[in-house]
Amino acid sequence: MDKPKIGIFAIQGDFEKHYEVFDGLGAEVFYVKLPEEFEGIDGLVLPGGESPTMSRLINTYGLREAFEGLKKRDIPVFGTCAGAILLAKNVIDAPENFSLGMMDITIARNAYGRQRESFESEIEINWNGKQKKITGVFIRAPKIVELSDGVEVIGKLENGDPVLVRQGNLLASTFHPELTDDFTVPEIFMEIVEAFKEKG
Amino acid sequence: MIMLTGTWRLKVGFSEMLKGGVIMDVTTPEQAKIAEEAGAVAVMALERVPADIRKEGGVARMADPEIILRIMDAVSIPVMAKVRIGHFAEAQILEELGVDFIDESEVLTPADEENHIDKHQFKVPFVCGARNLGEALRRIAEGAALIRTKGEAGTGNIVEAVRHMRRINKEIADLTVKRPEELYAEAKKLQAPYELVKWVAEHGKLPVPNFAAGGIATPADAALMMQLGAESVFVGSGIFKSEDPAKRARAIVEAVAYYDNPSVLARVSRGLGEPMKGIDVSKLAEDELLQNRGW
Repeated sequence: MDKPKIGIFAIQGDFEKHYEVFDGLGAEVFYVKLPEEFEGIDGLVLPGGESPTMSRLINTYGLREAFEGLKKRDIPVFGTCAGAILLAKNVIDAPENFSLGMMDITIARNAYGRQRESFESEIEINWNGKQKKITGVFIRAPKIVELSDGVEVIGKLENGDPVLVRQGNLLASTFHPELTDDFTVPEIFMEIVEAFKEKG
Repeated sequence: MIMLTGTWRLKVGFSEMLKGGVIMDVTTPEQAKIAEEAGAVAVMALERVPADIRKEGGVARMADPEIILRIMDAVSIPVMAKVRIGHFAEAQILEELGVDFIDESEVLTPADEENHIDKHQFKVPFVCGARNLGEALRRIAEGAALIRTKGEAGTGNIVEAVRHMRRINKEIADLTVKRPEELYAEAKKLQAPYELVKWVAEHGKLPVPNFAAGGIATPADAALMMQLGAESVFVGSGIFKSEDPAKRARAIVEAVAYYDNPSVLARVSRGLGEPMKGIDVSKLAEDELLQNRGW
């Protein structure tokens, strides 16, 4: 099988870190910034960064339609932190047309505080019947405050906060797996992408 | 639940999140909102922008906490603020206020002519200016989680930022072709810790992100710095000292996101109104140069 083609949404944020991760996992990786560059990808990564910046550029550069195209074709998308905010159907206190509304979750921005309160903590991952503990890096992180029945919690903090969720081919984390050397979470995304590719 | 805060990974990770963005100097909550709506990734809360500091003279200090708090209340994006070089008490105050990033900046009047702040003592990350690799690595050794070129703030003239970015890149490239035993002498020449010099020689880049600052006034200036290897840009006086700040702010944000796309750059550069006036840096006396502050 061909290498999966992973697009990294690169208008702002830590897109380089994601590039390194998926390159390391053997994907064919490239940066995506304009609608025409969405063609032919098997999966897309929305990096961490500032969601208001990304949101404004998405709306200015006709990218909303490109994302709708991904949704129609059910292309896997993985959002981390700001990327998870953009995936959410509801973002608390956000203006209209702020997020892409692809995933049935409600999310609150900067819910754990400012940078001073950014933290590392243990996350329990439960994927395909296997359990594992990894370190989560939370930077001015958002919090998933509501999720619909179709959304599966794959990772949670010790206090029970859901921090890694999946709905079909969409994966969202409120932490930054790309800032650690542990590939558990990007590998989960690769599994979703490969299953999608196989189905054709 | 065990939660670690203030780790090196959290500090540098936050710098990573600011990549491909524009950090804008603001002096009021209204300006901060304009910056946020334009797509800034962060704002720098100040009492006066560098062009006014240059004009008015006197001792330039950390901004009044009242101004900083009002700006923090006004926007949801990160808020940075500046402290004088070596003034760790000002930094303690900013950390207490909850500022997201501290700029130990040559734009303010230095408080210590020998020592910079020991930035490892803080949970909040620091950014520092540099003109060359040695200076950048000394700041990183002290705990800076982000480096920016010094450029020449408040001039609207890009020439010094270009000089500093090119110099840092050249010094990094030079290190990558050195033999291992030569790195000890290089560390001595650069006046920087050997471990950091060795890291740079092996990786061909700084161990923290490297942004551009000091003299950026147009979308083209921002794109130039990005193409020269900057990973984001700080815009000081360039936005709110121009004729149409909101429009210019939006244009610079787009120019940074699409820095390698001339058709976007050509479009966003049109009809922005007057840029800030600007100063020919070669006409400034040596003691008027802010970049010579810090060591």
